[in-house]
Amino acid sequence: MRSQVEGSQAVARAVTLCRPQVIAAYPISPQTHIVESLSDRVRTGELAGCEYLMVESEFGAMSACIGASGAGARAYTATSSQGLLFMAEALFNASGLGLPVVMTVANRAIGAPINIWNDHSDAMAMRDSGWIQLYAESNQEAVDLHVQAFRLAESLSVPVMVCMDGFVLTHAFEEVDLPTQEQVDAFLPPLVPRQLLDPDEPVTIGAMVGPEAFAEVKYLMHVKQMAALDEIPVIAREFEAAFGRSSGGLLRPYRLEDAETVVVALGSVLGTIQDVVDAMRDDGVSVGALGIGCFRPWPVGEVREALQNANRVVVVEKAFAVGAGGIVGQNVRDATRRQPVEVYDVVAGLGGRPITRASLRALLDDVLGGRVDPGRLHFMDLDLELVQRELERSRHGERPGPHAENMLRDLGTVASGAYE
Amino acid sequence: MFAVRIHGRGGQGAVTAAELLSVAAFGEGRHAQAFPTFGSERTGAPVVAFCRIDDRPIRLREPITDPDALIVQDPTLLHQVDLFAGLGPEGHLVLNTSSTVEALGLSELVRRLRPDRVVTVPATEIARRHLGRPVPNVPLLGAFAALTGQVSVGAVCDAVRDRFGGELAEGNVAAALAGHEHVRAMLGRTVGRSLSQSSRRSADA
Amino acid sequence: MPYQEIKLYQTGTFVAGNRLLEPEQRSVQARTGRSNSITSGHRACRGCGEALGARYVLDAAMRATGGKVVAVNSTGCLEVFSTPYPESSWQLPWLHSLFGNGPAVAAGVAAALRARGRDDIRVVGQAGDGGTVDIGFGTLSGMFERNDDVLFVCYDNEGYMNTGVQRSGATPPAAITANTKALGQTPGNAFGQGKSVPLIAMAHEIPYVATATVAELRDLEYKVEKAMTFRGARYLHVFVPCPLGWGADSADTVRLARLSKETGLFPVFEAEAGEVTEVSRIRRQVPVEEYLRPQRRYAHLFGDHPRPDIVARLQARADRNIARFGLLPEGDE
Repeated sequence: MRSQVEGSQAVARAVTLCRPQVIAAYPISPQTHIVESLSDRVRTGELAGCEYLMVESEFGAMSACIGASGAGARAYTATSSQGLLFMAEALFNASGLGLPVVMTVANRAIGAPINIWNDHSDAMAMRDSGWIQLYAESNQEAVDLHVQAFRLAESLSVPVMVCMDGFVLTHAFEEVDLPTQEQVDAFLPPLVPRQLLDPDEPVTIGAMVGPEAFAEVKYLMHVKQMAALDEIPVIAREFEAAFGRSSGGLLRPYRLEDAETVVVALGSVLGTIQDVVDAMRDDGVSVGALGIGCFRPWPVGEVREALQNANRVVVVEKAFAVGAGGIVGQNVRDATRRQPVEVYDVVAGLGGRPITRASLRALLDDVLGGRVDPGRLHFMDLDLELVQRELERSRHGERPGPHAENMLRDLGTVASGAYE
Repeated sequence: MFAVRIHGRGGQGAVTAAELLSVAAFGEGRHAQAFPTFGSERTGAPVVAFCRIDDRPIRLREPITDPDALIVQDPTLLHQVDLFAGLGPEGHLVLNTSSTVEALGLSELVRRLRPDRVVTVPATEIARRHLGRPVPNVPLLGAFAALTGQVSVGAVCDAVRDRFGGELAEGNVAAALAGHEHVRAMLGRTVGRSLSQSSRRSADA
Repeated sequence: MPYQEIKLYQTGTFVAGNRLLEPEQRSVQARTGRSNSITSGHRACRGCGEALGARYVLDAAMRATGGKVVAVNSTGCLEVFSTPYPESSWQLPWLHSLFGNGPAVAAGVAAALRARGRDDIRVVGQAGDGGTVDIGFGTLSGMFERNDDVLFVCYDNEGYMNTGVQRSGATPPAAITANTKALGQTPGNAFGQGKSVPLIAMAHEIPYVATATVAELRDLEYKVEKAMTFRGARYLHVFVPCPLGWGADSADTVRLARLSKETGLFPVFEAEAGEVTEVSRIRRQVPVEEYLRPQRRYAHLFGDHPRPDIVARLQARADRNIARFGLLPEGDE
C-alpha cells in the first residue's frame, strides 16, 4: 500500500513485517524514531512474538543481538554514529561468529566535534568489520533493503547493515509502497539457524582459535562475502518478481551507456546527482551516474565493467580517510586500475553540509574544464579561508585554544543545521 | 515542482506542518517530500522545515533555498533569521500576525512581491480559539491552501484527521478552515483546488 | 528420643562426607548422574579455584533444570582453558562472545528463548572478576535493572589472571599484582579502592544475590539450586583462589578459600530483593595473618621489613565485615 510516511516509520513497519524475534536497541539520533516505533509495535502486539530489550548501551545492544542470534532468534537493532563505533568490538564478533543479525544504520557524522547530522563516517569506519553494507537511495529502497537484508543475512549466515542517510531519509516524509505481511512472509521464510545453542545438541560457539586455523576461519568469512556478490543480485531479482519494483542489487547505473564522465556515489545524494545528470545531458554533456548499492562486499568486477567506457570518474563521498584520501575513491581506483580513466576523489556533505545541484554542477564543470587535479583529494564547498585563519592563529600565540570553537566564533554562528 | 519553506520556533509545529502538507498533497495524487532542518532544536529555538510538491516523483534532496512559498509562523523571527532568502518576485508569503506588514516594517519587502501573493493570518489567535493552544501551524496551512491552490483545504483537513484523533483533530480542522476562510476573504476571491471533492472523501472516512 | 550431635568432618573441609549420607542427600558432584558440564582434559592450572567453582556451579544448575542450561562466558581464564580450538570441555551449549559483554549476550539468549517459547531452558552467564566488576559492569548493571532471566556468576580471583595478573576492581588492598608491585611507601594495591559487586547487585533489588567460596561446595551447590528457583536476574559471587596469581601452593586453594571466610575478609551471605536473608557465620575465627602468610602477593608484609601496620589495616577490614554482616559464631557476638 502506498502511503506518505516518515522514513523511520516506514522502516519500522518493514522490520515489523520481517518478524524479528529479538530487538535490542539504545537511543541515538537520528535512528531513534525507528526503535521508538518498533517498541510501540511490540507493545500493541502488531509485532507479535518479539522480545524488545532496552539495553544500557549500543555495545549491549549488539551483544544482546549476538546472544539472541546464537539462541536461534531473528535479531535486529538500529544505531547511528557514535553508537555504531561503541559497538565496534561486537560488530567484528557478530561477523566472526557468522550470526545473521540485521541492523539499520542511520548514517551520521562522528565527533569530535560532536555533530548529529548526516555523513557516512560511521559506516565507513566499520567497512572492514565483516558486515555486509547496503546503502539506500530513498525511503522506498530502505524499506525494500530491510526485507532483502534478512533474507541475505540468513541465506549466508552473515550480518547485514542497511545504511540510510540520517535525517535526510530517516526524517523525510515521502511516498513509500509498503508491502503486505503475506508478500513478506512469502519472500522471507522463518529463520533456520546454522548454529544453535540447544541443550539437546550442545555445541561450543566462540572457542579460542590459534595460528593453526585462524587464517582459515577468516578466509571463510571472505568466501561468504564473495558469495554475497552472487547472492545479492539473485535476491534483488526475486524481490522484483515478487514485489513488482526494482530495489537493491549491487550497483545502480544511471544514463551510463555512453557517459564519458561518471559520478559515483552512495545513498540519498544519488537523487540529486541524477537531477544534475539530466540537466547536463540536456546541455549536451555526456554524463552518467553510478550508485553503489552494496559497498561491502566490494563489487570490484561489476564496478570495473560499469565504468569501462568512462574517461573520468568523479567519486563524491561523505567520508574520507584522514591523512590518506577518499575511501570509496580508493576502492573505485582499485576496480579501474588497468583502465585508462582518471578518478577524482571528492569529499562532500560532511556533518550535514547540503550537497546541492549547484555545487555538483560547478564541480563537474571544473572537472570537465580541467580545473581539478585528480592527484589530490578535493573538498566540495570548503571554506578554505576559515581553515587558514585558524592555521594562522595556531602559528601565533602559545595557547590558541580549541579549533572548533575558534572557527565557529570566526563564522559568528552556532551549530544549527542551517539550510544554506 | 513547488517548494515551500516554513519558519517557526520549536513548539510551533513547523516540522509537523511540512509533514501534513506533504500528506495533503499525496492525498490528492501528487508527489511530495517533507523534511526538517534536522537540528537538535529545543522549545523556542528557530526551526525550518521544507516541503516539495510535484507531479513527478521527487529525487532531489537539497534544502530549499529558492522557495515558491514561505510560511512564517512567528514574526519575531524577522530579526533573527534571514527569513526571505531566495524568495523570488513570484513567491508566495503567508505570515502569522494579527498586525500588518506595514507595522512589521515589511512594506519594502512586500513591494517586490505580488500583492495577491502576500497574506497575513492571525493564526495564533485562530488556534487559541479552536484548539485552546497557541499552535499556529495548521491554520497557516489552511491559509496556504487558499493562497497557493497547491493543495485543497479538504486535503489539509484529511491529513489533520489522519494525524490527530478526536477533539484535537476536529479543533485543528476548524482552525484550518478558519485560516482558509480568512485568506479567501482577504483576497476576495475563491482559490483552491477541488475543495468539495476532498471534503467528500474525508466525510467518507 | 534423645540424640547425640555428631560433628562430621572430611579431611580438608567442614563438609560431611558423602558416603555417610543417603543417596538423595549427596552432593551433585557425588551423584552418578551429574552432567559433567566441564569435562576433564581442560587446560586450567593445577589447583585452579575457578575450574572447581565453575564445575560445581554448572553441574548444580544442570541438575536444577533437568539439563536445560545454556552457558554464556565472558573472555577470561575459564573461556581460554576450556576451549583451545578444536577442543572443548563444554558438554552443554556454550557461547563466548567478548570480554565486556557476557551479561548482555546472556540477556539476548534469554530473550531469544522467551521469544521462541523455550522458557524451560535457563541461562547461566559467567565471567571472572575483570569481566564482571570492571569491563562488563555496564552490561551487568543493565541486565540487573531489566531483571533479565539470567543467573550471572562471577568467579572472583581478585585480578586479571588471564592477562598476567594485573589489578582489577576486585583486587584487595596491599596485594601485589603486575601493576601494583611492592614498590614505594605503600606497597601493593591501594587502600580505599575497589568495589563490592554483591552489594551493588543488592542495590538493584534483584530477586537473589549470594556469595560463596570453593571451600564450602555444598553451600555453593545449594545457592545455585536456590538461584534457579527464581525467575529474573540473579547474581552469584564465588571466591576462587588462583595459585598462580596469588603465589600460593596449588594444594592450598580450598584452604585459602576457607580462610578468606573464616577471617571475615570475604563475607558469605544471601540476599533477596535487596535485603540480606542469611549469613554464613564464621566457625572458628582466625586472624588475617593466617590467610595472608601463605600467599606471595602479601609476602612484602612479613619478611625482613615487616609491615604490621598494613596487616592491621587488613584486619580492620575483616573486623568491619564481621560487624557489618554479623559473622561471628553464635554465642560469640
